[in-house]
Parts: sequence; structure tokens; C-alpha cells
Amino acid sequence: MRLTKIVALAAFALVSAAASAQTVKIGFITSYSGLNGNLGPYMERAVRLYIKQHQKELPPGVKIELIIRDDTGPNPDKARQLAQELVVRDKVDLLAGVIFTPNAMSMAPIATEAKVPFVIMNAGTSVITTRSPYIARVSFTLWQSSYPLGQWAAKKYKTAYTLVSDFGPGHDAETAFMQAFKEGGGNIVASVRVPLQNPDWAAYLQRVKDAKPDTLFVFIPAGKTATAVMKNFSELGLGQAGIKLIGPGDITTDEELPNMGDVALGVTTMFHYSAAGDRPANKAFVAAWKKEYGANETPNFLSAASWDGTAMIFEAIRQQKGKIDPDKTMAIFKSWKFANSPRGPISIDPETRDIVQNEYLREVRKVGGQLANVELETFAAAVKDPWKEQQKKK
Amino acid sequence: MSGYSADTRIRWTEWLPWVAAGAFFFLLPEYLSLGARILIFILFALSLDLILGYAGIITLGHSAFFGLGAYTAGIVSTQLAINEPFVQLAAAAAVAALLGVATGAVILRTRALTLLMLTLAITAILLEVANKATWLTGGADGLSGVKVDPILGFFRFDLYGRTAFLYCLIALFLGWWVVRRLIYSPFGAMLTGIRENTTRMHAIGAPVYWRLVLVYTISATMAGIAGALLTQTNQFVGLNVLGLEPSGDILVMLILGGVGRLYGAFIGPVVYLIAQDYLAKQYPEYWYFGIGTLLIAVVLFAPGGILGMVDKLRDKWLSLYKQKSSARASAR
Repeated sequence: MRLTKIVALAAFALVSAAASAQTVKIGFITSYSGLNGNLGPYMERAVRLYIKQHQKELPPGVKIELIIRDDTGPNPDKARQLAQELVVRDKVDLLAGVIFTPNAMSMAPIATEAKVPFVIMNAGTSVITTRSPYIARVSFTLWQSSYPLGQWAAKKYKTAYTLVSDFGPGHDAETAFMQAFKEGGGNIVASVRVPLQNPDWAAYLQRVKDAKPDTLFVFIPAGKTATAVMKNFSELGLGQAGIKLIGPGDITTDEELPNMGDVALGVTTMFHYSAAGDRPANKAFVAAWKKEYGANETPNFLSAASWDGTAMIFEAIRQQKGKIDPDKTMAIFKSWKFANSPRGPISIDPETRDIVQNEYLREVRKVGGQLANVELETFAAAVKDPWKEQQKKK
Repeated sequence: MSGYSADTRIRWTEWLPWVAAGAFFFLLPEYLSLGARILIFILFALSLDLILGYAGIITLGHSAFFGLGAYTAGIVSTQLAINEPFVQLAAAAAVAALLGVATGAVILRTRALTLLMLTLAITAILLEVANKATWLTGGADGLSGVKVDPILGFFRFDLYGRTAFLYCLIALFLGWWVVRRLIYSPFGAMLTGIRENTTRMHAIGAPVYWRLVLVYTISATMAGIAGALLTQTNQFVGLNVLGLEPSGDILVMLILGGVGRLYGAFIGPVVYLIAQDYLAKQYPEYWYFGIGTLLIAVVLFAPGGILGMVDKLRDKWLSLYKQKSSARASAR
């Protein structure tokens, strides 16, 4: 039994190894099951769409092979195992994807040891990029959104309550917001960290209601969890009690807005991407998405980051004519600039290999009968990760 | 079923798994990290088989010991800066044994559903502690920065999993040897007796409760070692080593292979993890569907697990053979 399985596997491995020579292999890890398993396709679709549209721009004879793996949600053990297998078995040239911070952290040593460039397309804890010289991030950091949001909130509100998920990004969001809010003269009533997986929101939100803050700052991983928070927020009447809900854009992601319903109206967020953004590059992106995947489908910030990340990988492939050298690739990543991203002009900070982008102040409003994150103003342009900037000064 | 009365010499077929593992090492060098994982889960399944299959202790919380062992090995490195692999392993075994004897002494006074609920509760408590004690365990971010020195100063844990595979293989071999000795001993016979008829075991004066506590502790120690092996080969501990999911997984693997048989614990993880590996690669979006189908098929068509099915087929074949030969004899 055991032997026949092994022989079958071996035969299969031999067949799949016989791919063409000029193929760039990208090991793409994201979540298709578990917490936020619905988000994986938003990333994969963006990558596939970019490849489909831009394949002609690759050097002649060069092909991209996307090898997709499911890390089953925040499961660092699994992610590490998959990354190792992608490197050892499939001999990938690049690693990419990853929704959750713990997964990215556990994969970092593999990128370093195997010298495989690793493009992070979501996971947003500041410290990740310092864990391996082969990591470049095209998504965002929580500090990038929560710090400016704290500055903005300090001008409008006197007291704030923070409620975040108890893991890396949550801690970042909390610290960044509190620091900026206090610097602006605001007062933090209380800070609560809730377990990452399926807590009972009503209990936490009732406490918030009793504390009567001017505003409630929330960070939870984007997706269904945000909808649960929003529903509880409204059912417990926190809105009527005069508490304003704010947070980074994770709490009002574009694809969840229809599920949230009118509860989300008026929620203010700070973020780098909205599907409703009126930049021409974004309009083209959203139109291409709807054409490919259906009129009711909307890309979200994970899609935007995956799209841009693929653009960055294409640049590296073009410059090296299809032969990926890890160190040259990282050099190309470090000097990468992209004026036509759906989220506006972006670039990679050569010092930290982290994303530099605009932060937009947005509010959920109805546009043509549909809820949308309407960008009110470009609150801060070309924001570098504030945490890393502070670390430099220390 | 194997028992006290059976011939205890090692049959030639019992060497097959080890020969297969050796062949795996040389023939499939790219799959060694999966191989090491399979070996770890075989050891874990073996520990569960000892209490569930032989002693009849129903548990849904065996990951408590697996997870505790995993965290102990990791924390010994991150907090105490002890990176010697054997010390980490010993620490994990000791802590898991302690938890085993402490919880076993309490919960083994109960039976059936109450016991099941209590095992579940202990895992849930440990999971919550690991989740909350961020300073010690890293919480939901996981415990990173675990360092493991080269084994005996020579064999570094490499990216290809060569060291990890051999290391786990040796650990599993020792674990198998201990379990095999146990189940063929008078102690093993007593466990089978307790499983089959507890009242009668009381009646003949067997110290049922203490025997159960002892086997539970041995099993906990083995599960702790399996957890420590996982930490050392991964150099990382995630929160998911605790809780219901790994407990359920390992139970499923054991049922798949065949409960209460020494080699059920070998076959189950091999089939389950290879199927999982293959399906997750072929259909990253829908691979759970494949696993589910496999389980339904086994429960419907092979209630005794894969080995049970093999036995049934063999018996059928043997009886057919006997009928034929006796028919031939009477015809003559």
C-alpha cells in the first residue's frame, strides 16, 4: 500500500518536473479555506488577470508558471511547510502571496536560507520585511493607515476606545493609532485585544457602549469578521449612542460592503485602496475585472496589491530576460516604481523593501444605490512605513 | 487483533515499513520534509492507538500533549536558550508526562462521554493559555526564533529535511519498539482486558485505575515527543498544534488505518497525509472535498479501517481456498 502510493507519487513528480526551460515558477501561497478562505481567490484572480493582459510584454519564449497552494488560514506551520516544499520540490524562482502575518513570519527563514525572493501581497505587520533580506512588500503596513488615522481622529474626537485582533497586525494597528491619537492630544479610554478566531463580539461591544467614547477604533482581519462586527455594532445601538466607528480599510473592504448593508454607512476609514477610487488606472482595473469575472464582482485591496506585485515581478523578469537571479531580482525590486497602480503612484523603499503609497481618507456612502468607500481626500502622499521611520531615529 | 497469546517474535512483514522508509530516503529526496511529517504523525497516532485502541480510553484531546510537547521544546530554546535537541526532547517528554499523570489521575475516574468532554476541555484550556500568554508562546503569531543545534554536533537540520527525516525515523523506531513490547506484555493483555470487560478485570483483582493512569501517561509522553519533533523539524510552533483540529485529524488517521492494531497507526497517517498532500496540490480550492470523500468511503466500506479491510479480504480468500481444497479432497 505504502510502496504503490510512493511509486505513483514519484511518477507524478517526474512528469511534472519536465516543464520547459524558460519558465519562471512562482510559488503562490494564499488562503482558500479556514478563516477568510474567501479572500484567496481575490488575490489569485488579480495575478491571473495581470498575466493574461501582459503576457505579450515578457521576453520571447519566457512563460510564467503559477503554482498555487492553500495555507488554510492563519496557519504558520502549514505555510512554512508549503514554502519549503515549493522551494525544494518545485524549485520555484519566487514566492508570493500570503494573507496572514504569522504565515509570512514563518516563511521568512525559508526565503533567506534558500535565497528565494518573496513578494508579500497582503500581510501587513511592519516587522515582517526585517525578517529576511529577500522579502519585498507590495501591500501595506498597519502603521501606514492607523498612524495617519490617529492624527486625523485627534483633531475631531477627544476620547477613543481601541478594539483589535490579538495578533501582530492588531498590535501594530493599536500602537500606531494610540501613539498618533495621544500626540494629537486625544485620550484613550481603554484598549482591548480580542482572540483572532471567532470571538463573541456582542460582549466586547457592550463594554465599549458602556464606556461612552467619542470614537471606536477597530482593526480585525478583512473579510467576514468585519461584517460580524458591523452587525453587532448596529444591533447594540452604538451608533445611536453617538459612538463613531473608524479604522483602517480592513473593516469596510469593498467586497463585504454589500453584506454589511446600510449599517456601514458613514464609517470613516483610512486606507490605500478603494474599488471606488476615480483614478483612470483604477477604473481600467475594475472594468477589466468585471469583464473577466462578471459584472457583480468587485476587486478589493488584496486584488490591487496582487496586481501590483505581479507587475513588479514582470519588471524583474523583463530586466533579466527570464533568468531569475535572487540578488539581482531584489535590486530590481528595491528601485521599482509604478506610477499607474490602481491605488495611485507607488514605489518600493530601497532601504526597507517596503511599500510607499498614498493614504486616502474615505467614508462609506451610497453611489448609484451601491455602498462604496468614497475617497474624500488624499490625506498623506507617499507614506513610508511610520514604524520603520521611527526605528531609524532611535 | 494482536494479544498476549500471540507469537511475539517479529515477523518478516513487520520489517517492511522500515525498509520502505529507507527506500523513501534514497528514492525521494525532494519529499523528505513530507516524509518527516508523516513519521511524526505515525508516532502521534501510535500514542493514541495505545490508549484508544488497546486500553479503550476515548479521547478527543490528545493534541493537548502533542501541543504541550511542541511548545515545551520551543520555549526551552527561546526562553532558556537551550538548543541541544536531546535536552529539548527530554524536556518535552517530561512536561507531557507530568500533564499526563496529573490530568489522567483525575479524568480516568470517569468513563465514556464524561471522559470525552473532559479530554476536550483540557485541550481547550491549554489552547486558551497558549493564545493569551503571548510573551511566552507568541500567541496567534506563533513561536518563532526556535533554534536547534546540529544533532551530536554534526547533523544540521537542513532545508531538504534529510536530518529531520532520519532523526524522526529513529525516534519512531524506538517508539514502535516500546509500544510493541508493551502490547505483547502482561500489561498489554491487562489493557485489552480492561477494554473488553472492565467489570471482570475488577473481579479478578486487576488494579484497573492505576493501569489506565500508567498507560495514559506513557501515551502522553510519546505524544509530547512527537510534538517536540515537529517543533525541531519546523523550528517554529503555531497555535494550531493545540485544540480540536489536530486531535480530530489524528483520530481520523487512526480510524482510517485501523484502531487497535499496531500497524493501523502506520497506514493511517501515510494514506491521509499523502492524500492530503496530493489533493491540496491538485485542487488547492477544493481539496477538503477529496479528504471528505475518502473518509466517507472508509467509514461506509471499511469500518475496521484499511487494515480491517485487508484482513477481511484475506479471510474471505482463505475460506474460499479452504472450501475449494476440501471440496477437492471429498471429490477424491
